[in-house]
Amino acid sequence: MPRRNDIEKVLVLGSGPIIIGQAAEFDYSGTQACQALKEEGYETVLINSNPATIMTDTNMADTVYIEPLTFEFVSRIIRQERPDGLIATMGGQTGLNLAMELYGEGVLEQFGVELLGTDLDAIREAEDRDAFRSLMYKLGQPVPASDIVHSLEEGEAFLEKIGLPVIVRPAYTLGGTGGGLVDTWEQFRDILETGLANSPVHQCLVEKSIAGMKEMEYEVIRDANDDVMIVCDMENIDPVGIHTGDSIVVAPSQTLRERDQKRLRDASLTIVRALGIEGGCNVQFAQAPDSDDYYVIEVNPRVSRSSALASKATGYPIAKVAAKIAVGYHLQELKANVEPSLDYIVTKIPRWPFDKFASAHRKLGTQMKATGEVMAIGRTFGESLLKGIRSLDTKENHLLVDDYQASSAETLEERWKKADDERLYAVTEGFRRGYSVEAIHAATAIDRFFLEHMETLVRFHEKLADDPWSEALLEEAKKNGFSDQQIAKLWDTTEARVRNFKTENGIVPGFKMVDTFSDDREPQTPYFYSTYEEENESAKSDKPSVLVLGSGPIRIGQGIEFDYATVHTVWAIQEAGYESIIMNNNPETVSTDFSVSDKLYFEPLTVEEVLNVVNLEQPEGVVVQFGGQTAINLAEELAKAGVPILGTSLEDMDRAEDRDKFEQALKQLDVPMPPGKTATSENEAVEAADELGYPVLVRPSYVLGGRAMEIVDNREELKHYMAEAVHVHSEHPVLIDRYFYGKEIEVDAISDGENVFIPGMMEHIERAGVHSGDSIAVYPPRSLSDKVKQKVIAQTEQLAKGLNIVGLLNIQFVLYEDDVYVIEVNPRASRTVPFLSKMTGVPMAQIATRVILGETLPRLGYRDLYHPEPDRVAVKAPVFSFTKLRRVDIHLGPEMKSTGEVLGRDLTLEKALYKGLVASGMNIPRQGQVLFTIADKDKGEAVKLASRYERLGFQIMATKGTAAFLQERGIRVQEVRKIGEGSPDIAELIREGGAQLVINTLTKGKQPARDGFRIRREAVEHEIVCLTSMDTAFALLHVLEMMSFATEPVPALQGVNPEEKVTL
Amino acid sequence: MKGYIVLENGDIFSGQFIGEERTDVFGEAVFFTGMTGYQEVATDPSYRGQIVIFTYPFIGNYGVHPGKDQSEEWHPRALVMGECASDGYHYQSEETLASHAEKVGVPILTDVDTRALVKTIRKSGAMGAVMTTDPDTVVWNHYTSIEEKPLVNEVSTSETETHGSGDTHIVLVDFGHKKAMVDALCAHGAKVTVVPFDTDLKTIQAFAPDGLLLTNGPGNPKQLEEQLPEIKAAIMQYPTFAICLGHQLIALAFGGDTSKLKFGHRGANQPVLEKASGRVDMTAQNHSYVVDKASLEGTDLVVTHVNVNDDSVEGLAHKRLPIKSVQYHPEANPGPEDSQHLFLTIFQMIAEEKEVTIHA
Repeated sequence: MPRRNDIEKVLVLGSGPIIIGQAAEFDYSGTQACQALKEEGYETVLINSNPATIMTDTNMADTVYIEPLTFEFVSRIIRQERPDGLIATMGGQTGLNLAMELYGEGVLEQFGVELLGTDLDAIREAEDRDAFRSLMYKLGQPVPASDIVHSLEEGEAFLEKIGLPVIVRPAYTLGGTGGGLVDTWEQFRDILETGLANSPVHQCLVEKSIAGMKEMEYEVIRDANDDVMIVCDMENIDPVGIHTGDSIVVAPSQTLRERDQKRLRDASLTIVRALGIEGGCNVQFAQAPDSDDYYVIEVNPRVSRSSALASKATGYPIAKVAAKIAVGYHLQELKANVEPSLDYIVTKIPRWPFDKFASAHRKLGTQMKATGEVMAIGRTFGESLLKGIRSLDTKENHLLVDDYQASSAETLEERWKKADDERLYAVTEGFRRGYSVEAIHAATAIDRFFLEHMETLVRFHEKLADDPWSEALLEEAKKNGFSDQQIAKLWDTTEARVRNFKTENGIVPGFKMVDTFSDDREPQTPYFYSTYEEENESAKSDKPSVLVLGSGPIRIGQGIEFDYATVHTVWAIQEAGYESIIMNNNPETVSTDFSVSDKLYFEPLTVEEVLNVVNLEQPEGVVVQFGGQTAINLAEELAKAGVPILGTSLEDMDRAEDRDKFEQALKQLDVPMPPGKTATSENEAVEAADELGYPVLVRPSYVLGGRAMEIVDNREELKHYMAEAVHVHSEHPVLIDRYFYGKEIEVDAISDGENVFIPGMMEHIERAGVHSGDSIAVYPPRSLSDKVKQKVIAQTEQLAKGLNIVGLLNIQFVLYEDDVYVIEVNPRASRTVPFLSKMTGVPMAQIATRVILGETLPRLGYRDLYHPEPDRVAVKAPVFSFTKLRRVDIHLGPEMKSTGEVLGRDLTLEKALYKGLVASGMNIPRQGQVLFTIADKDKGEAVKLASRYERLGFQIMATKGTAAFLQERGIRVQEVRKIGEGSPDIAELIREGGAQLVINTLTKGKQPARDGFRIRREAVEHEIVCLTSMDTAFALLHVLEMMSFATEPVPALQGVNPEEKVTL
Repeated sequence: MKGYIVLENGDIFSGQFIGEERTDVFGEAVFFTGMTGYQEVATDPSYRGQIVIFTYPFIGNYGVHPGKDQSEEWHPRALVMGECASDGYHYQSEETLASHAEKVGVPILTDVDTRALVKTIRKSGAMGAVMTTDPDTVVWNHYTSIEEKPLVNEVSTSETETHGSGDTHIVLVDFGHKKAMVDALCAHGAKVTVVPFDTDLKTIQAFAPDGLLLTNGPGNPKQLEEQLPEIKAAIMQYPTFAICLGHQLIALAFGGDTSKLKFGHRGANQPVLEKASGRVDMTAQNHSYVVDKASLEGTDLVVTHVNVNDDSVEGLAHKRLPIKSVQYHPEANPGPEDSQHLFLTIFQMIAEEKEVTIHA
């Protein structure tokens, strides 16, 4: 059936903020879907709460709503827009859940909105555990046997039938407390007995365990004509038991025979047909390694992270095709019946946030923990795997990691069994020590195929080390994916020398095309990867080109915002008449859609790999400003190698990034910054701090990006920090700055070297000390006086000119006693570029790109210094993934912790905040108990806060010290026992739902810190709102006050009781 | 040791031979795009006389297995690939690909830029090639092109064999059949008698079959021109289903023509449209020759299936007689089994025929 003409207007749901498990892949799929609908001439309406996405650009849909993805807001938009159809399968689980809710509440029916693509029955059948199982039984598709048992006897009878190992899950206990994997009968009896006892309904689910089997995935597409095909099959190197999002995955699958492959293929087709999927679908299987048995694990009736990966791995645009199927097309009409056939191997490696969260529980399991991923393409397994490792942009840039050489055999063996994010390196270290494939296979259950290849690579590594400057080995090393940097290390030389030696011997990489079908058609997809073989397929065009470096995997601190900026740069370069070439390695994003740029190189972002592309393409220059720190970090080496860096010069970037040079520059420009000193011993530190005055901000000089940074309030805390947190000595001094506990202001500006343009400035709700990425930003500022604004504008101009910025610039200021101090300058695109671009209508990244390419701001039409502020107010609120990361402290501080952001925009700040908080997933408590545990320094403010919460009808609870303090000041408080002071203590209270809101501020270096940590974790795990900054607590209060009608007595005649004005 | 594949057009690609020194090996260079199924490819008689290049860069990952051979022998003259797995683990694996190939005398050239090689063939068409250790001494007069070579007699059975014990008796005329065809027919309840490709009508009649299956096979269908009258006589008498070479022979028998594709279809992902239903199946294919669509005009054959990619003829049916054929491989092995249902066609035709006979 061709395009449906009975529908005109289509609503597309996005997936909202980036959280663990739902990341940039839905920007990619949503963008493709919107483009596909536009191509077909439908009027499209888009809703997504995430401003950092390409899909929420106003040119992506006819109407774009950046509003909370909740039933309340979406149904309002449906009433307003009256779409004919709804596409929910591009918005991840969020999209599906919303669609089910809209259907369930009758909204779809009421307004005549048809769910397009896969229908609700199919979605329900795929998502509902029981319905899915009964369908599988009907189809004769094996699922792990399971049953609900009520007694030990029942359990034993069932186990008799299905055999060990099994998983026991007590019903209705949080997080499955008391359950687990069971290998023996004895264990089974033990665990089942406790499980039954723990379960309030005395039930346990007993399920056959398939942990340790091979995990396979099939990406399937089906249309309404019942034509169905497989886009890609993938194999997880990590066996069943580790979430596929946390597994290293290869495509195509490597260890299945023709027959095994066919069996799973047929099962996929059967299941997808039986469900009646119309669009994309992912089917996951467990394949027994030692028999032909397999089990169906689950089905995702929508596009997913895996489908984004499959699209990038094959070049097949799954989301685009799925969107067209949703509006009626059949695969054959789209000429999309193409099962890609690969002639390379793809490896995906997850990127975990544990470099930021050192204390987090790193063990991998069924809960995904990675924030992002990288993909690498090679013609050998080694090339693919090692390129992937390099793409991660972590300190481990090779298969073998030096740190592991010191670990004991026990530690190593333990790490094989209990997989964590670094298991790969534990395995390779095992091979280095001479463990056998069989031994490691026994401990890890990783298929021997992969282990053998890893072992071969380790042996080759040793061979290479033993034979420096061997031309033959060098060639083999390059084919195996070894980096020049690694070879240089093994040969005790420099990377540049290795590079020269390579060139002298004619060992140069070529680029191969990813062309989806290695046979009949000869498509020209401008999508390449490097490899060391005979032929190079990438031809340099005659047009002058510009190379853009992307930002690599999504991680905390470097999120989708940078991909947004990258894509805009690519577009601007094209508009300026150049060929636009991009290098990146993140399979989830829009920037790695080959249709976005003129040419895509899917490569690690290393000096070696960038130089390879530069040598071939000879671009006019390289743009590094938009790829976050990843791209900036390459600039120096690239410049040394003679590559022109476009925009702000390297020296000037360095003046902003190097602390000493930065200080000098500020002094020169006469721009004030908080006074600071350096210290190389505890005594020096104490002296310096005494002189500066507390609080001070302390951090080691050798760590970048907010790590190990702390705010210290007094001498005792400083001593503790010096003793515990850093290893200070003369080469690694500690930096101590006066810390101004003031309002933080953030500015993004563009400069062409002579003229400066400031699209907007934002104020942060949380005072300085909370990382700017974790605080709520408000645009335009609502509490700054004109005088302050003028100071900010003037200093911005001074800095932009003084640092010779060409392109983007981000500055953070702190406002303290009416003076404005610079805290930080980033000579590059910042996290707030998409937010500000959308709220001001100024295409910042594009203007900056044009400026970088030589335009001037006035010629582009930007003659004012400061862009006029709109009357609507918008907030950018952070979104965290704390429930998914166990043992991570949620208190906000100088280190960034959020994974995503949402937008709230309305007429008043309170309304905007309400939207922002709701969109971020907060379940705003309207009444109930507010629990205060407040550090001494914040107690004064707590009184005001508590009394106003009380006035709104909340009951105030507090621990002893706080309670006494509040009581003395006339607030009715119920005292709560501290942890360990007897039952019920504060943790139990939270666990049992005795508080709807927890306000907890941090006391450092003492026992309460650990109690505080437990309180905060209890709150997060039980989904109770927990705020760790007084400022956020006030912001929420304002929202609540806005939402409530006050019930207060009529004022006495002789006085006035002015309603408290809202202040930030 | 260092080895080369030299193409008829003079292009040379270097690689490494697995195993000992060897003499030059000639064959037609063709490429296979499936990502698994190397064992099925190696034992498919249709690859007789060819040098098979695998586009997927790793071959041999899961070793060689018992019971997956499509015939008794390995048919390609040689195999070319990026990398040949040295170990190849699978719980049923008996041997590595490399050692088995060595045993059956099929040389393997690895470490070749197969993508560049395949691109050359795609551009210039399938052509003769030689695998050698010394590209300077290659003498082409040893090479006979596939077009001119009688290959079917090398792969067809010489004796009659019977498989299965079902009620429906099908005579399988063997031009180089794959075991999976016999298995598929037996699975649907047939007794299958495999007969040599040049079996005459009388002999076939003696088996009293309910229907015929003409199989796939190597080479140019026109090499079998002499056989055509006998084939035509047989298929006009019995419900017939034909695959690949068999399909081409049916076209030739009824006055159609065949031609050679530039570089053939060999892989596991060819989309084929069934015209009647409007449905597309992913199919397994392995052929150089194709039925010429224009040549069918005025014949009693109609096109039932076409290739979605290049619109080539993929299936035929006789306008009146129970004769149907497909260019692709519903028996799969290697490749998807999405069109397995086609094996029912022969049983349906037989059933309908019987009904007609009873009512007559």
